[in-house]
Amino acid sequence: MDFTIASILGLDGVTNGAIYALVAIALVLVFAVTRIVFIPQGEYVAFGALTMALLQNGQVPGTVWLLLLMAGLAAVLDGAQALRERWPLTRTLRTLASTLALPTTAALLTFWLAPGKPPLLLQAALTLALVTPMGPLVYRLAYRSLADSSVLVLLIVSVGVHFALTGLGLLFFGAEGFRNTPFWDQRFSMGALTVTGQTLIIFAASAALILALFVFFDRTLTGKALRATSVNRTGARLMGISTDGAGSLSFTMAAFIGTLSGLLIGPSTTIYYDSGFLIGLKGFVAAVFAGLTSFPLALAGAVGVGLIESFGSFWASSFKEVIVFTAILPVLLWRSFVDVDHEEH
Amino acid sequence: MKTFIKTTLAAAATLLVSTAALADITIGASLSLTGPGSGLGIPMSNGLKMWPATIGGEKVKLIILDDATDPTKGVQNARRLVSEDKVDVLVGSGVTPVAIAMSEVAAESKTVQLALSPIGLPPGKDAWSFRLPQSNGVMANAMVGHMVKHGVKSVGFLGYTDAYGEQWLQALTPLLEKNGIKLLATERFARADTSVTAQALKLTAANPDAMIVVASGSGAAMPQLGLVERGFKGKFYQTHAAASKDLMRVGGKAVEGTYVTSGPVVVAEQLPDSHPSKALGVKFNADYEKIHGPGTRNQFGAHGYDTALMLEKVVPIALKKGKPGTPEFRAAIKEALETTPALAVSHGVLDYTPTDHWGYRPDTGVVMKVVNGEWKLEP
Repeated sequence: MDFTIASILGLDGVTNGAIYALVAIALVLVFAVTRIVFIPQGEYVAFGALTMALLQNGQVPGTVWLLLLMAGLAAVLDGAQALRERWPLTRTLRTLASTLALPTTAALLTFWLAPGKPPLLLQAALTLALVTPMGPLVYRLAYRSLADSSVLVLLIVSVGVHFALTGLGLLFFGAEGFRNTPFWDQRFSMGALTVTGQTLIIFAASAALILALFVFFDRTLTGKALRATSVNRTGARLMGISTDGAGSLSFTMAAFIGTLSGLLIGPSTTIYYDSGFLIGLKGFVAAVFAGLTSFPLALAGAVGVGLIESFGSFWASSFKEVIVFTAILPVLLWRSFVDVDHEEH
Repeated sequence: MKTFIKTTLAAAATLLVSTAALADITIGASLSLTGPGSGLGIPMSNGLKMWPATIGGEKVKLIILDDATDPTKGVQNARRLVSEDKVDVLVGSGVTPVAIAMSEVAAESKTVQLALSPIGLPPGKDAWSFRLPQSNGVMANAMVGHMVKHGVKSVGFLGYTDAYGEQWLQALTPLLEKNGIKLLATERFARADTSVTAQALKLTAANPDAMIVVASGSGAAMPQLGLVERGFKGKFYQTHAAASKDLMRVGGKAVEGTYVTSGPVVVAEQLPDSHPSKALGVKFNADYEKIHGPGTRNQFGAHGYDTALMLEKVVPIALKKGKPGTPEFRAAIKEALETTPALAVSHGVLDYTPTDHWGYRPDTGVVMKVVNGEWKLEP
């Protein structure tokens, strides 16, 4: 191994690491606010990439139907709650409108725009508009009524949601994989190292997102409310912060980040309906590195996972996944020494 | 609620079984309709659905179950089919590890298994298992033959980490050695990998004349793109699991000029008229594309379809020895398969013998070239 090879591998590792970092950050965000280990985070990545792929083919992606179905179910649940709790009519209508408005708008826009193959950026915006609203809907349908359960129960629900979404992914996207058109086709050569425009976009988007998250949590009232919820749910509720609202918001952000990672990774590899799981799992390894609490550590962990993966496949490509997932063992050992009494009983 | 659905389903299944138990031929298939193998399983089940309603004058009852690309589920399905549905023939699975697991049940219950994947079994273990796809050896034969003709002296290998990749490597190694072609580097990857940069670096550093990519479906394009990106300019060879239009859909211009081994069915129209599979292949392609749209033809659907072509030949012979649903009938099917010479199907000509359950003649495989996003038969 010489310097050239190491630098090419390093670049490859950091590029993949940037994607894992986005997944890890979303996992940390959701866990901190809701105590949910959100296994299906990777599914948003796959859904994002595949929705984009179908839009590029000029087809109406199946995600539209999934979104409408989920919104419809959520509306039925809202309606049932309104009847049970005898809400006044205006409140009922307002709730229903807020549940249905965004999904139906996104769906109608897609029906109108998709056949005409809109420009790339508009496709990306449509994809974000289609997949992001699934975040709060997933929270509403699967988690909200169980929000106070133990971490274990929530984890089991996550496994269920993961299987449901993967199955629906197969139904809507089919078994074969897709590769998207890159946003920026430019290539830059620096000696033996070739940097593609897509790689630069991945770096820029990840950095921008991380910065935006930092500003959000540090400077805005909503961000501070989310942080307060993650520190102490009961305390936050006593201060007038809606924990339901916080959960819903964190899921929306997770879905947005997931879809964005999907858009970023779509042009550089073939994505299948079930690719999300492995990407999510690697993001999870990175998030565990951060003890599911710290954003900067999750970032470091993700870049580490990317590098281990890239160098691991150079030295022993048959054992790549073994190397990556074995790396979690020393991390777990180290974490068990660092935070001893974080265990929840 | 769940148990209610389960009981209803079970009751419905029992009802179906009891009404169909009268002398119809029952065929049970377990295919990977979901999970990582669904790219193979779904077209196969499409092929099965093209079956005629009767075979050899008997009504056919076809049961297709999903094994989710899980060997455990495959064995469960096989056991269910054998003990509850009393099937006469087991079909499947389309994915090697699942089909291998199912072969145990076939041998134990003395039911013929028509495996839709090229399963490697130790000698003696495959007494009741017959393979419909060509062995990797038959395909490797076609591939290496083409290499010799085009003066390839050294190759690099980039294959799946699973059984498919391993079996190809085992089939290729002796053939390459015999023909004096050097295998310079062997690298592995998995379908879900997000990049093959590291493997591509090693392979291009070895600088072989040609690269062999062993992968399936749309997964076959990513490694080739990775190698092209690292500046590899030589020939590319792909295997028959990649012989579907997904290679061109995902790979685009980068897969132009790639050589792909395949059963003859994919290019049936381009075969010489004397080829025994030409008429069958052309008919399959036309029928399949009428249902699923132009350009959808593939190896895997044809394997499902070939099962019926084969059964049409052996069932009449077996019917003389016993009634469907009896052990005698099942044994007679095995015997008929082993003794009938030259069973022509859309994928070639099968000569099963009591000692050879692979069947295809070594010259069955063809090599195709990707030209303008279409398959062209290499002479």
